[in-house]
Amino acid sequence: MNGLALLIPVALFLGLGGLGVFFWTLRSGQYDDLDGAAVRILLDDDDDDA
Amino acid sequence: MNVRISPTAMTQAPESVFSVPGMRCAGCISKLEKGLALVPGILAARVNFTAKRVTISHTPALAIPELQSALAELGFEAQPIGSVLALSDGAESRDLVRAMAVAGFGMMNVMLFSVSVWSGADGTTRDLFHWLSAIIALPVIAYAGRPFFRSAWRALSKGRTNMDVPISIGVILASALSLYETIIGGEHAYFDGAVMLLFFLLTGRWLDAVMRDRARDGVTALLRSTASGALVQTPDGGTQWLAASALSPSMVMHVAAGERLAADGVILSGRSHFDRSLLTGESVPVAAGVGDKALAGTLNVSGPISIAITAAGSDTAIADIARLMEEAGQSRSRYVRIADRAARFYAPAVHTLALASFAGWMIAGAGWHASLLIAVAVLIITCPCALGLAVPAAQIVAAGALMRAGVLVKDGSALERLAEADHAVFDKTGTLTLGRPEPRNLDRLAPIQQSLTLALAQSSRHPLSEALRRALSDRGIVPVAISDVRETPGEGMTALWNGKPVRLGRPATASGDMATALQIGDAAATTIFFTDPLRPGAEQAIVDLTELGLPASILSGDSPEAVAKIADTLRIPARAGMLPAEKCAAIAAEAARGAHILMVGDGLNDGPALAAGHVSMAPASASDASQNAADAVFLGDSLAPVATAVRVARATQRIVRQNFALAIGYNIVAVPLAISGQVTPLVAALAMSGSSIIVIANALRLRTSAQ
Repeated sequence: MNGLALLIPVALFLGLGGLGVFFWTLRSGQYDDLDGAAVRILLDDDDDDA
Repeated sequence: MNVRISPTAMTQAPESVFSVPGMRCAGCISKLEKGLALVPGILAARVNFTAKRVTISHTPALAIPELQSALAELGFEAQPIGSVLALSDGAESRDLVRAMAVAGFGMMNVMLFSVSVWSGADGTTRDLFHWLSAIIALPVIAYAGRPFFRSAWRALSKGRTNMDVPISIGVILASALSLYETIIGGEHAYFDGAVMLLFFLLTGRWLDAVMRDRARDGVTALLRSTASGALVQTPDGGTQWLAASALSPSMVMHVAAGERLAADGVILSGRSHFDRSLLTGESVPVAAGVGDKALAGTLNVSGPISIAITAAGSDTAIADIARLMEEAGQSRSRYVRIADRAARFYAPAVHTLALASFAGWMIAGAGWHASLLIAVAVLIITCPCALGLAVPAAQIVAAGALMRAGVLVKDGSALERLAEADHAVFDKTGTLTLGRPEPRNLDRLAPIQQSLTLALAQSSRHPLSEALRRALSDRGIVPVAISDVRETPGEGMTALWNGKPVRLGRPATASGDMATALQIGDAAATTIFFTDPLRPGAEQAIVDLTELGLPASILSGDSPEAVAKIADTLRIPARAGMLPAEKCAAIAAEAARGAHILMVGDGLNDGPALAAGHVSMAPASASDASQNAADAVFLGDSLAPVATAVRVARATQRIVRQNFALAIGYNIVAVPLAISGQVTPLVAALAMSGSSIIVIANALRLRTSAQ
């Protein structure tokens, strides 16, 4: 039972953290250009401002 | 990869959005972003590859045409996207995905406790877990359930019922009863079931919204504004670029060859030919001179002209057609989607069933508490979880398959109506044909003549020159070096090649505008003829449609001779010389006889007919009004996607029916269990997720349906 008292808050906290991060990614527009993100990785940009 | 700019510049700089359909690879992205950043006056450029769009922030000094030519210099054809065509910001799907994320989070955490309860936790532990579940589930339900509660309330307050009514009642009753159970320390709480139900249903809703957004983005990316603006003479004698919405009568606009008119007016100076196919469907350009009227949306083909504007914005001839379109579209809004048709029977049936079980157990003497528990179990079990997914899951998979095949379907109802179509009606110019001139006898030219033609043609924006440039570049012809290139509007191009004068332009024998002559020195001129060819795959598409049970016919605004030629080639009946209103009336008359017409058209003159048809498709080369009116837009030159779309729509409808059958079959098994009081929260959770997964798996079979 003592273990539960620790584990349940930890589980809930981790879950809430994940939810918060997802909301953040949504708000910062990370899903706006999914295809673009997939091809941008192929760009060989070695200059500094990239 | 994105260019850094100071925040102050960001807030002040105007932003223009261009649609760039030509970007295909990672190279295009860096070429656009880096190339544009080097243009003086452009602060930053950001490409959205998914929507095929580039957002440019620039100094106010730069106007749309300059930006467009900067893009053209980088090798990309770009169309400005006006603020009028408000871009979908995906607000609805973002709301839904947020609700879905919350429901998913709640479902997983409540499950954590439910699994322990199912596997034997009892006494204080069970009570504690029920309380924890309640603390998580109640806020989650309040947040994630809003889309359903809102829609159910809207329906109820109008005295109607929809799919969301049983969902809302089920979820609210289940939560309330579970809360009561938790307070009295009872055995069963349905928090997991209620949250899971919301999660699955939100998934269905979200899929539906994503599908609409994606198609809308795709269509916006293709929109070709009839004309986004015009170069207007200012009082001090200069010229200024004004957006179409800022034009007003009494202004004078200058229109270069190859530009579309942004307003109606009277020609003040210059002579030119006008391509009016967008308005009337006529394929041969019409000559007009000083004093003649020119209409917005027509393409100025041969020479620069100035026009005194007589009507702009909503007063133009184009706007009249738009009004006609709006009226015609009203019949389609009466179409009821298959899920809503199912809900009409489903909702009352479910409510009756739950009420009957409650009454039955009360009469049998089970007490109100036990009876209510069973009634809630019935509501949860029958909640249209699989039903809510059955339609959107199938339709989004089908729409994805169609998108890969080059068809953008605007929403699920379009797929349903497409499956019902039993007649196909085509426009001619631009729909059955490519709607652009193609050189017919290039083979008669010697290789050196071809190189010379390309060299001359690539310096002009005349449609015939562009056709030559396209055709010759496709053949891999390399232009020769020429000097002293000069373009005489209405006459053609002249230049010097190896000291000899060369000319590409109007043939000596005036045989209309669909020919051009190449003359080298004093030698006899070679005439190149142009035709508006059939789209590739047109004949096969007509045959396929006939086999699918959609006999085709032509409704065209073009002259009877021009139409007859195409109709004979395709061996289908045709009616020619029809005005937009007549086309619309012809479709409406057929529809009144019970026919479900698939209208395929591109011009603005087809707009009302597109809106009047049971379902409609337009090519990507169509006018923006037609693309807006159409239910689906097909990309590329080929006409084959039309038949493919019908086939996929029918396959989708088959899968949707199978999914309904699966969902009903599951209910036939589960409902007696629920009524007899055998359904525990564990059974409900298993049944719900099991049926949803089966329905989704069945829908995934459509992935390859467009191949």
